[in-house]
Amino acid sequence: MSEVRLAVRDLRVELGGTTVLDGVDLDVPAGQVTGLAGESGSGKSMTALAVLGLLPRGGRATGSVRLDGRELLGLPERERNAVRGRHVAMVFQDPAGAFHPLLSIGRQVTDHVRHHLRLSRAQAVERAVDALDRAQVPEPREALRKFPHQFSGGQLQRIAIASAIACEPQVLLADEPTTALDVTVQAGVLRLLRSLSDDLGIATVLITHDLAVMSAVADTVTVLRAGRVVEQGPRFDVLTRPQDPYTRSLIESLPHGGRA
Amino acid sequence: MSNDVSTRPADDLRGSRRRAHPLVRYVLTRLGISVLLLWGITVVTFVLTNLVPADPLAAVLGDQAAADPQIVAEYRRLMGLDDPLPLQYWHYLVRLLHGDLGTSPQTRHPVAVDLAGAFPATAELATAVLVVSVLLGVGLGLLAALRHRRFTDQVIRVVSLLGVSTPMFWLSLVVFYVFFFRLRWLPGSGRLDATLTPPPHVTGFYTIDGALAGQWSIVANASLHLVLPALVLTLYIAGLLVRFTRSAVLDVLAEPYVTAARARGLAPAQVTFGYVLRGALLPILTMVGLAFGSLLSGAVLTEQIFAWNGLGQYAYLAATKLDLPAIMGVGIVVGVTYIAINFLVDLVTGVVDPRVRLR
Amino acid sequence: MSDVLERPGRWTRRLAPRGARSPWRQPLAVLGAVVLVVWLAVAALAPLLAPFDPLEQTPDRLAAPGGAHLLGTDSLGRDVLSRVIFGSRLSIPVAVALVVGCLVVGAVLGALAGYLGGWVDEVVMRVADMVLAFPTIILAMVVAAALGPSLINAVIAILLVNWPQYARVTRSLVLGATTREYVVAGRLLGAGPWTSLRRDILPNVAAPVLVLATLDVGSAILVLSGLSFLGLGTVPPTPEWGSMVADGVQQFDAWWIGTSAGLAILSVVVAVNFVGDALRDTLDPHTRSSVAGRAL
Repeated sequence: MSEVRLAVRDLRVELGGTTVLDGVDLDVPAGQVTGLAGESGSGKSMTALAVLGLLPRGGRATGSVRLDGRELLGLPERERNAVRGRHVAMVFQDPAGAFHPLLSIGRQVTDHVRHHLRLSRAQAVERAVDALDRAQVPEPREALRKFPHQFSGGQLQRIAIASAIACEPQVLLADEPTTALDVTVQAGVLRLLRSLSDDLGIATVLITHDLAVMSAVADTVTVLRAGRVVEQGPRFDVLTRPQDPYTRSLIESLPHGGRA
Repeated sequence: MSNDVSTRPADDLRGSRRRAHPLVRYVLTRLGISVLLLWGITVVTFVLTNLVPADPLAAVLGDQAAADPQIVAEYRRLMGLDDPLPLQYWHYLVRLLHGDLGTSPQTRHPVAVDLAGAFPATAELATAVLVVSVLLGVGLGLLAALRHRRFTDQVIRVVSLLGVSTPMFWLSLVVFYVFFFRLRWLPGSGRLDATLTPPPHVTGFYTIDGALAGQWSIVANASLHLVLPALVLTLYIAGLLVRFTRSAVLDVLAEPYVTAARARGLAPAQVTFGYVLRGALLPILTMVGLAFGSLLSGAVLTEQIFAWNGLGQYAYLAATKLDLPAIMGVGIVVGVTYIAINFLVDLVTGVVDPRVRLR
Repeated sequence: MSDVLERPGRWTRRLAPRGARSPWRQPLAVLGAVVLVVWLAVAALAPLLAPFDPLEQTPDRLAAPGGAHLLGTDSLGRDVLSRVIFGSRLSIPVAVALVVGCLVVGAVLGALAGYLGGWVDEVVMRVADMVLAFPTIILAMVVAAALGPSLINAVIAILLVNWPQYARVTRSLVLGATTREYVVAGRLLGAGPWTSLRRDILPNVAAPVLVLATLDVGSAILVLSGLSFLGLGTVPPTPEWGSMVADGVQQFDAWWIGTSAGLAILSVVVAVNFVGDALRDTLDPHTRSSVAGRAL
């Protein structure tokens, strides 16, 4: 059950001469939510982009990223692209920005399904409807015909998650998936992510600066600071008995400041 | 008063269809703005015409007649020059709406007739330039943005910058001198060789009219005549579009939806054309509409040299001879064309953009 | 929390946003700056550099380049090189003054429209739209023709035509800035409207508007010389590049007249644009497309 899907070892990323990731290790087991915490600039998002091979230009990743034992770093771009969205999918922070405003939801949820799985339009639509249903988007068939601006942020994030799981990936990278949402819908989206891991066995990486979010769903927590892992372990241990002073300071700031 | 006249149609329609389809509402709003702009043009030209310090009577009547107070008084009465300004404006507007743009003291023709003859020539040139420039400008701009800060980008940037930095009137001269006067490679004067008769008038575009009449030698000759003036204008307009497309595409490339599309593993070509270019398309389209203004300005500066008897040459001759009715006529025609083009751009935007089309 | 409220402000801090390079590390920008400095020196030292009086007519008419007249003479026997040199005294300062004028008028109106909103906004922007509906040269031509041909009238004409783009950019930047959290926070903390305009809004507006202005100096030179070419700018004996090109059209075989003046215009405009592009990349990578706009 909890075999490791994604194994990151000694991941280093250089971006225009500066080191943004400095030897990150991370295991993401199937059916679990692996939390990645740290403040902005600590390298959380960079880790996700390095796994996908979508670093900004001038970025260079070394080390090892294995998906079910297969090394991803150094793969030719074509094969890398066949992994993105098919085996490793990503959900972004701002759902309104992550959808093309001029393209229908249908296009954006089926394009990659047709591309990766070589399905016909009709087959891809059926798959998209299933995925939307799974993500608890009401009236999935109508939703496919609509455009991004006709949905609320919470609905869009559910659609983004549906789009991400449409190809049944092994790994889902969720980068601050609730930060841009109203507090009232955050819990629903987190529950959805949790259930995808529990029910479908997806190995989820939940990236967030918000330890409250982390404590709600993550199985394990990895704390990043300035590109290095400063603390790693089961959620309960990390959050209740932090070893590193940095983690402690993050936790202490919680009840007073809340989230930015 | 004048204000009411020109804005009322749009307001009425808007009022009566308060719950109209959003696209209809959008189109009516745009139409209202266009009408307002058209009205603005008439005000601008009217004010400028009346601002002239030099007495235009001398130009119309000739010096001798202008020296005779009786003739002058009679003329002023006839032309309504002693009426209060708002009334004069009203008459001016009515005349305009009847297509009366006055008479050019220089050509002694009604300005409207002159303009009707000149318009197709410029339209043909402008269309040719616009088609080539859009293909070239959008293509190269996209390429430059995708190769951001690499060699290809640098080359395209420098060339397009040279394009928008070159004075068109001078480039016309150089091109004319080199390719026509010295090398004799291409015709450099007029729209057709003097030995040929223009094809029967249908659209006023010699290339199209020639094709419609089956006179292929005319089509070939007219196309050759187009090359040099179109080359000069294309360098500028394509340069403008390259620069704009490059920026617009760079902006889109920074959009999260592009990263999201890449993260879904779509084929690079699909990301580029289906997502990136599509995202930049509406701003580019708007820019093409605006570039049309530069194109008409450019025509004024180039047509004269190539003896292209269009609006530009007419405007040039009118300006150098201070032929006021003719200049105002050109201003009105150009303004109206420009507003019409940009209204069309708005229409296309409304149809393409779901944020306008659907609630 | 600090992300949102921090004021990016002072553009010393904005000088090096992500991925931007200092203009001094871009060879084209340096080349442009050098060419500009040379032209400014030429303009300043024109009487010392010019071999002849630019207005002096000699019997040596339409002499080809070489010999005493390095760039030949025109139809009245005037030295072309001297006329090109003296032409810089006119085109460059007038273009700069023109752009400063447009900037002041446009920025003030745009800032008022954006900051005050309501009917002020409505009136200013509708007038701006109307003016923008005319292509620059055509409207300038109409104005110059109505007022009579002279350099001052050409400048007035272009000023009337060109302020709206500054008004537009300034307005949208001010609108964008006034709704930012740190500006709102500043007002809530008791900063008056004037303080808020000066301290929080101005720095956000300054960089893009300056970039626009720099790039606009190039088009101002093009439009000014274009009007002179049409005979609507400077009056004949004055040495001016645009009217020299017009002379070149009259004297077709004497290619050197038009070529010299044209290359002078081209070199200045290219240099200004190189510098402007580099500034834009450095100061303002985010408002690229709002500024890339219109030239002639």
